[in-house]
Amino acid sequence: MTESATVVQAVEATNAAGDVGEARSLGADAWRALRKKPLFWVSLVLITIFVLMAIWPSLFTNTDPDNAVLRQARERPNANAWFGRDIQGYDIYSRVVYGARASILVGVLTTTFTVLLGGAIGTLAAYAGGWVDALVSRVTDIFFAIPLLLGAILFMAATQPRGKPYFVIILLVVTAISILGWPSLARLMRSSVMQVLPNDYVQAARALGASPWRIIRKHIIPNAMGPLIVVSTINLGAYIAAEATLSFLGIGLQPPVISWGVSISDAIVGLRTTPHMLAFPSLFLSLTVLAFIMLGDAIRDAFDPKTR
Amino acid sequence: MTTTTQPGIRPANATGKITYTPVDGRLLDVEDLHVEFHTDDGIAKAINGVSFTLDQGESLAILGESGSGKSVTAQAIMGILDMPPAKIPHGAVKYCGVDLLTMPDDRRRWVRGAEIAMIFQDALSSLNPVFPVGWQIAEMFRQHRGMNKSDAQAQAVRLMERVAIPAAKERVKAYPHQFSGGMRQRIMIAMAIALDPAVLIADEPTTALDVTVQAQIMSLLQELQQERQMGLILITHDLGVVADVADRSVVMYAGRLVETANVYDLYRNPAHPYTRGLLESIPRLDQKGQTLAAIGGLPPNLLRIPPGCAFNPRCRMAKDVCRVDLPALREVASGRHSACHFAEEVIDA
Amino acid sequence: MPEIILPKASEIGRSTTSEVILSAKDLVKHYPIKTGILRRTTGHVKAVDGVSFDLHKGETLGIVGESGCGKSTLGRLLVRLEAPTDGSVEFEGADMAKASGRELRALRRNIQIVFQDPYTSLNPRMTVGDIVGEPLDIHPDVTPKGGRRKRVQELLDLVGLNPEHINRYPHQFSGGQRQRIGIARGIALDPKVLICDEPVSALDVSVQAQVVNLMEKLQDELGLAYVFIAHDLSVVRHISDRVGVMYLGKLAELGEEDEVYDRPTHPYTQALLSAVPVPDPTLRGKREHIVLQGDVPSPANPPAGCRFHTRCWKAQERCRTDVPELILRPDGRGEHFSACHYAEPRAVVDTVDVTDVEPDERFADTDVRDPATIAAVEGQPGMDGPVQDAEGLVEETPEQRAADMSSLTMHDEGHPGKVEDPRP
Repeated sequence: MTESATVVQAVEATNAAGDVGEARSLGADAWRALRKKPLFWVSLVLITIFVLMAIWPSLFTNTDPDNAVLRQARERPNANAWFGRDIQGYDIYSRVVYGARASILVGVLTTTFTVLLGGAIGTLAAYAGGWVDALVSRVTDIFFAIPLLLGAILFMAATQPRGKPYFVIILLVVTAISILGWPSLARLMRSSVMQVLPNDYVQAARALGASPWRIIRKHIIPNAMGPLIVVSTINLGAYIAAEATLSFLGIGLQPPVISWGVSISDAIVGLRTTPHMLAFPSLFLSLTVLAFIMLGDAIRDAFDPKTR
Repeated sequence: MTTTTQPGIRPANATGKITYTPVDGRLLDVEDLHVEFHTDDGIAKAINGVSFTLDQGESLAILGESGSGKSVTAQAIMGILDMPPAKIPHGAVKYCGVDLLTMPDDRRRWVRGAEIAMIFQDALSSLNPVFPVGWQIAEMFRQHRGMNKSDAQAQAVRLMERVAIPAAKERVKAYPHQFSGGMRQRIMIAMAIALDPAVLIADEPTTALDVTVQAQIMSLLQELQQERQMGLILITHDLGVVADVADRSVVMYAGRLVETANVYDLYRNPAHPYTRGLLESIPRLDQKGQTLAAIGGLPPNLLRIPPGCAFNPRCRMAKDVCRVDLPALREVASGRHSACHFAEEVIDA
Repeated sequence: MPEIILPKASEIGRSTTSEVILSAKDLVKHYPIKTGILRRTTGHVKAVDGVSFDLHKGETLGIVGESGCGKSTLGRLLVRLEAPTDGSVEFEGADMAKASGRELRALRRNIQIVFQDPYTSLNPRMTVGDIVGEPLDIHPDVTPKGGRRKRVQELLDLVGLNPEHINRYPHQFSGGQRQRIGIARGIALDPKVLICDEPVSALDVSVQAQVVNLMEKLQDELGLAYVFIAHDLSVVRHISDRVGVMYLGKLAELGEEDEVYDRPTHPYTQALLSAVPVPDPTLRGKREHIVLQGDVPSPANPPAGCRFHTRCWKAQERCRTDVPELILRPDGRGEHFSACHYAEPRAVVDTVDVTDVEPDERFADTDVRDPATIAAVEGQPGMDGPVQDAEGLVEETPEQRAADMSSLTMHDEGHPGKVEDPRP
């Protein structure tokens, strides 16, 4: 143990208690660190814009995305159609704005499901131990052996989404990615809970006669959630990319549903002649994925004092 | 790091070897040393003007609580402070008259290990887990003395025998985790004394050990020190260990020396209220029915060391002058110094 | 030692009149060692191997021993964080092992624990009020409804913390203050027994005394009985009425504080006592040091017969085969429990009775209030917040680890013992 480390740590501790009498949780301290990071603000602004787009696309455009002006198909960006028009004569800007909904929905729903499922199973495995733990470990091993995209393609192919309503297709995509996405989060939660379990405050609660449910709820989950939040934020971006890939391959969302993946797929035909058709949906997709990954990074840095 | 690429590490038998000889037995001369840590929240003043000396064959204890700056002092002498965040704005650490702080890096590296060696509290993390201990000791000789493999190995066995590791010949090939805590600390000591350093710094060498093992390690250290006439700096918070081992002791508080004295005076008649308070607050094995008296409060925040005497908020003798004037470390009796405005009163108490 | 309301057991004769509150009977805890893919049990770590003692109302029983002797496991058995492999713990005559869920919960109210590490024993995401109030949430029958906040503030006040700090988080406190919070949680349910597992070993020397004095005050006021587990023999002597010495899962010696410290009859106790440094340089070279040979054997494979025979200078043939019983053996003046076939008293420590010597009030005081919290409220400079605690025992943050690593790397340069792999 070096004292230099002790000094630096002590300085942080004193800083934490600088304002006497004020209650400050670890979360509040992390927020203080987060507030100072430009990366965090950039990602937050981007995410806010995309989420607004998903909820109220009409805030961003008055053009009907389904209004095909065939005469102007493949038009380059101009004052009338900022991003130009695609092969069907749709306004690309408006299609990009309306496409955000599918991506954000898939990202948020998949993350919710994987966090709930993976978090619960991981916690259970770590807390129960014994054969439950062994079983969960083997099951996650099996899922790890299946590549995410391959598995999702198989699932989508088996459920035949063609022609089904918008939300059903979205849910199918969400299910496909969730089934393959939860095991990594379960693993993460399991190891995180196992680090929390031997802490004396868990033992103290047991000695007081607290019920297992109370121990999990009050002591284990709040202290074990950190890594799960960080990784699932980063994963959110990855899920959006996966959705786009499925749609691009023609087995996720399908026209007439508007989605970035579908737009990219449609634009491939004009890769050489009309690259703007490809560029704008791809740019938005990349920005969204990047924004979530940046947010995850920023949160991790805030929770991890090493990089502070 | 290898001998061929590091010109600073010169084998002892090579020509141009620099030798250091103490003048009048004086090994170390620390003069007005300051160390700061630059953090996001400001400058933490870990050491604020520390001066002391170490002679050949002397054992000096640096006594203090955590955050007093005792380990930082040792790291500054060793040159193993992380800079940044640490910075030495002022001061000198003279080894045989040569200032280590202004010495070129390659020379400093040579001094470290060969002339001044250090033992840490946690032997397990200080030894490399992937190499046998014998190899790690032998490497010292190969690097610094240019010995061949078998000679170095033989030397390693001899050293391990010297620090009383049973069956050294067989255990020379064992890995650090195969040794008990006490044995690992012995190996650390063997590595530290391998190159016959003139100064040995022991930073809480026995804090992690059980009391019976602690006694063994301390007596080994004492024995080696007397045998080789090393200067020993013992850094500890344990008043019992200091009483058993040290000749002279300096007491640190908030990065300053508050008292220096030979151990007999220090324990019989402390000259600083902090030292006195510490002695009253520890339970003694040889006393029964004792009343423990605690020093109130906590050591100060190094970012905001109180004005005047740093100990004044915890001191029950503090008067107005203590809150304003920083007391200098002054001679209060022959050979002993105290940094208290009322040192004479404390001694007479 | 401050006055204790209840007379010391030594003054009223051995455990006759005072009421037994907690009783350990042949406690055994073996942990299976599992190896291989099939996790087959190939052996047992015998952490606690037959320990019996009685704890009387309002007394302090110190348990000392070196690391790995099983003293912490014993503490966990007593609060039933672990189920014993064999033997039983009886609280006021009721066997805890036989208690059903409901009865066990009621029993738990009476036996609480204080942990060693003030950094891991408090949930960092809960406020101090929630931490100290949790026992009341779990046992709602203890406090009347609506009285929770008041009771929590009372408890904080009782342990010398500022009741206003109820909404602060643990990381805003220093190690000594955190240990006070842990104690407040331990006494929240008005237990009759408090198991203290190394409660002061992680604290700085000047803070240790504050916490020890606090524990003595609480014992006086609440009539608590302590089982005080520690490796520091001086602290144990100071706080205990009776002391048990553990070696490799068994009690080697058990008796009144002065019987064990002044007239130890077990060679292990004698060696242990002789090794403790005394803060008095004039005793240097005058005290007898008994140096033990070798290391403590592994509890997975303890020696047959007397467990100490491998390191004992008095060991005879009989010690290698016969397990010595912990029975009353003469100690020169009376007799006390010792587990040595050749028990004989040997004075290792020259004890001075300083009962009437009061410490100089000008340098330190015996108050149990935490002056830091009071000063913080009064706005005194320099004492407003947690400062570093016992180094080496502070919570190790990743940052600290990184710092450790970098200092080691730098150290490497001067320590060419650790260089690149020499193998080609």
